[in-house]
Amino acid sequence: MIEVKGLRRRFGPVVAVDGVSFSAAKGQVLGLLGPNGAGKTTTMRMLTCYIRPDAGTASVCGHDILTDSIGVRRSLGYLAENSPAYPEMTVGGFLKFICDVRQITGRRRKAALDRVVPMCSIDSVYHQTIETLSKGYKRRVGLAQALIHDPDVLILDEPTDGLDPNQKYEVRKLIGVMAKDKCIIVSTHILEEVEAVCSRAIIVARGKVLVDSTPQELKDKHHASLDEVFRKITRSKCA
Amino acid sequence: MNSFWAVFKRELKSYFTTPLAYVFLVIFLFFSGYLTFKEGFYEARQADLRPFFANLPLLFVFMVPSTAMRLWAEERKVGSVELLFTLPITIVQAVLAKFFAAWLFLGIALALTFPLVVTVCYLGDPDIGLIVTGYLGAFLMAGGFLAIGCFFSALSKNQVIAFVLSVVACAVLVFAGMPTTLNYVSTFLPPGMVAAVEGMSFQVHFDSMQRGILQFKDLAYFVLLIAGWVAACAIVLDERKAS
Repeated sequence: MIEVKGLRRRFGPVVAVDGVSFSAAKGQVLGLLGPNGAGKTTTMRMLTCYIRPDAGTASVCGHDILTDSIGVRRSLGYLAENSPAYPEMTVGGFLKFICDVRQITGRRRKAALDRVVPMCSIDSVYHQTIETLSKGYKRRVGLAQALIHDPDVLILDEPTDGLDPNQKYEVRKLIGVMAKDKCIIVSTHILEEVEAVCSRAIIVARGKVLVDSTPQELKDKHHASLDEVFRKITRSKCA
Repeated sequence: MNSFWAVFKRELKSYFTTPLAYVFLVIFLFFSGYLTFKEGFYEARQADLRPFFANLPLLFVFMVPSTAMRLWAEERKVGSVELLFTLPITIVQAVLAKFFAAWLFLGIALALTFPLVVTVCYLGDPDIGLIVTGYLGAFLMAGGFLAIGCFFSALSKNQVIAFVLSVVACAVLVFAGMPTTLNYVSTFLPPGMVAAVEGMSFQVHFDSMQRGILQFKDLAYFVLLIAGWVAACAIVLDERKAS
């Protein structure tokens, strides 16, 4: 469902992503791990067609990010790092706007809202303006907009950032439920999250893929916890 | 509803869900009325809207950039530009949707000056054609100023910087056509260049529409100006949206 081939992107003198390649299939939850500035967000932004790569390409559900960016954006749901939204809008108004842009109208819109609002537990804030919401609720509204069109591919940039332990548990459970018939890429710093939800883990640092394995394989190979494995790999290969 | 209309509708609504629209409309209507009466609306004893239209370019130099400054600078500042451009909408659709929504809002502001039209119709027998071309010119001029503001709003994340740059650019294009400016530049520029400077100004094209003359060159000037700045806005936005 996702095929990434040699993505490369630089910002001035800094090479943010340097020849990243991987693929992900339906039913997989792929964890993108790495220290700050590793290139995780830039990779996700290129996959969602927000920024163009300097070299390389990728395809999402058969749509190429360079030649069919609208097709790519139609087939994926994206939760960006800080759940950007329009602060003056109500949650309901915002989700209806997303439906309008995605051309989900009439009964389909009602069905989509009836599905995602309870799924993301935002019923109680449905009529509230987004600027009055806590970080956790904003994150859930962001998740709801990413899920509203029931996409085949989900790209989630730190989906549990700012959530309390109960909310984190709920989001991880939700990812687990959706994983069966979707392809999900999750970027995170929280390694327990990788163990909890990811069926595969890619460790990136300085824009390069260092490891592509499963969390269990990583632990077995290094005879250590995922935390220690992460430190060991990112420190030794970046030194 | 396609993506263009979705963004257009959201943008237009957003003016009225915040105090922005009301503050803008009150200030615009107050100053447009104040400047009209200061210009001698009653004293002239003529049933026309010349005193109103005469001050509009100057008023627009400040008022239109204040509407335009938030268009893209705010989206980039709060990060919603990332949400917008990862939805299935092209940059051109998004730029046009936001531009037309803001232009319609300025059109509403202009339409709310209708009491002046009612007053001249009540007090005399004005040339309606003159008033219509005057309003058409004012609407096109607002579109031109807005396109410039839209460009600078895409250029900078900071709304104040976007506002100041837009005011300066609009002021240059207004003052380039003023007789004092033309007299000054004619002291060191050849007549052809002076005519070119005059032709680039809003003032000259707006003046001729105010006088009721609807010429192709004036319409073409505004259309090209709007299309050029809006296209530049889309290009700049594509380059700088993630920066």
